[in-house]
Amino acid sequence: MAVAKMSVEQLLGVDKFLVDDDVAHIKVDKELCRACSPKPCTYACPAGLYTIKDGEISFDYAGCLECGTCRVVCPNADKVITWAYPRGGFGVQFRYG
Amino acid sequence: MSDDRFTAIIVGAGPAGSTAAYLLAKEGYEVLLIEKGSAPGAKNMFGGRMYAHALNRIIPGFWEEAPVERPVVREIITFMDGGRSTSVTCRDQGWAEPPYHSFTLLRAEFDAWLAAKAEDAGAMLACNICVDDPLYENGKVVGIRAGEDEMFADVVIAADGVNSILAQKAGLAAMFSAGQVATGAKQIIELPAEEIGHRFGLEGEGGAAQLFVGDCTRRIHGGGFLYTNKRSISLGLVLNTASLGKGQIRVVDLIEDFKANPEIAPLIDGGTVAEYSAHLIPEAGLGMTPQLFSDGMLVAGDAAGFVLNLGYIVRGMDFAIASGEAAAGAVKAARQSGDFSKAGLAVYRKLLSESFVLRDLEAYRRAPEFTANPRLYGAYPEFVTSLASRLFTVDGSQPVHVLGKVWDHFRKSGLGLTDIAGDGWKGVKWL
Repeated sequence: MAVAKMSVEQLLGVDKFLVDDDVAHIKVDKELCRACSPKPCTYACPAGLYTIKDGEISFDYAGCLECGTCRVVCPNADKVITWAYPRGGFGVQFRYG
Repeated sequence: MSDDRFTAIIVGAGPAGSTAAYLLAKEGYEVLLIEKGSAPGAKNMFGGRMYAHALNRIIPGFWEEAPVERPVVREIITFMDGGRSTSVTCRDQGWAEPPYHSFTLLRAEFDAWLAAKAEDAGAMLACNICVDDPLYENGKVVGIRAGEDEMFADVVIAADGVNSILAQKAGLAAMFSAGQVATGAKQIIELPAEEIGHRFGLEGEGGAAQLFVGDCTRRIHGGGFLYTNKRSISLGLVLNTASLGKGQIRVVDLIEDFKANPEIAPLIDGGTVAEYSAHLIPEAGLGMTPQLFSDGMLVAGDAAGFVLNLGYIVRGMDFAIASGEAAAGAVKAARQSGDFSKAGLAVYRKLLSESFVLRDLEAYRRAPEFTANPRLYGAYPEFVTSLASRLFTVDGSQPVHVLGKVWDHFRKSGLGLTDIAGDGWKGVKWL
């Protein structure tokens, strides 16, 4: 029974988001990420929002599921990640949950 | 009371917050229930099942009106490893009758219902508001700030979930570590109701709950879960976040490989993924309990780390609801004595201890230590599945009695007898 694997983009594509175009609720200091070799965020973020492009961490807050995994898995989170929930009403809107 | 001051501001319209709001509003207190989502439940997800006892005490027969999915009548625990799987299953038709034992449910709908109960009872519900900071007066919490707005109350209840920004900002909770939480990721897979009944051997409205342990997490500490809803399946993984950080495998690859496992694929065949969600789960029990109360503030639900994972039983919502009830009781007592200081709110701990919340967390306080054992996620599933496979195999070779097979298998497994005896003893004593 072959179940076609879905990509993270396809999975996030079924979700409903109200993206806040003005304010990024999570900010990442990519300069500091250079010194991090394990980069656990690239595996642990369920939405796969932390990727490596041209040897640098690339992060997009738009598909964030607001779990908080990056905030705790990052070995240097205090300095690297500024983490907040999106402004009221913005962000992911679970229709099932 | 003045018009601009509430008795209680409750931050977070999840099960803890809405229960507290419902009970306080019913008593006639001025209650403001604040939710950051566009509606209660819009930011919430869980595996899929609520044990019914806690809510049934507060709203007897709640299932008559609440949007629940299926009463669970079948429990399944499955060990999986390398294409082999071994399951233990239990069916109890008694669970299909009132007072139901547990229900699968979907949080967007359910949490909205519970918040509406609080609203009907007289609480004021304000959505689309993300609380930024607690407000203080003489060192006591007296309200909250959200953007430009400041709102005041005798007491603030932080029921804002596992990340509990509010309790952290108020200095009641420290930031937890990755080892103390798990990352849960889930897909809702839609299927026709009768198809779900056929696939899981369920009659009528009955539901199934299945937990998986073994190579579905590739030795990352955690497991899989499956809950049947009316017309969908909740399927996902729970992965200890510290272990996940070291795993070098993306969550999305783990969950998609899990779906392709021969144990899962036939169950979801033809289904449509309707949602993908994720959440942190507090898993360290009393090891991560914040300060539960301070001058003018209480912490309830996930924000207080009130979750219990025994491996075969996972509880969160019943703890959230009962802690919301205890918080309401503490506010009521503080209101009567007119003392919302730390001393006046200290009754919260007593109420939590008298209810099952702190009692059960205390009784199972060593469960997190047990579930941190790596053998549970590798060696044991491998041992159980390969032994079971061998017991069922007929291939014309020399007859060996069960004892001989088990002993031979054990010798080859590389597991130590003291490990098995020690883990087994801890398992029966601590879980």
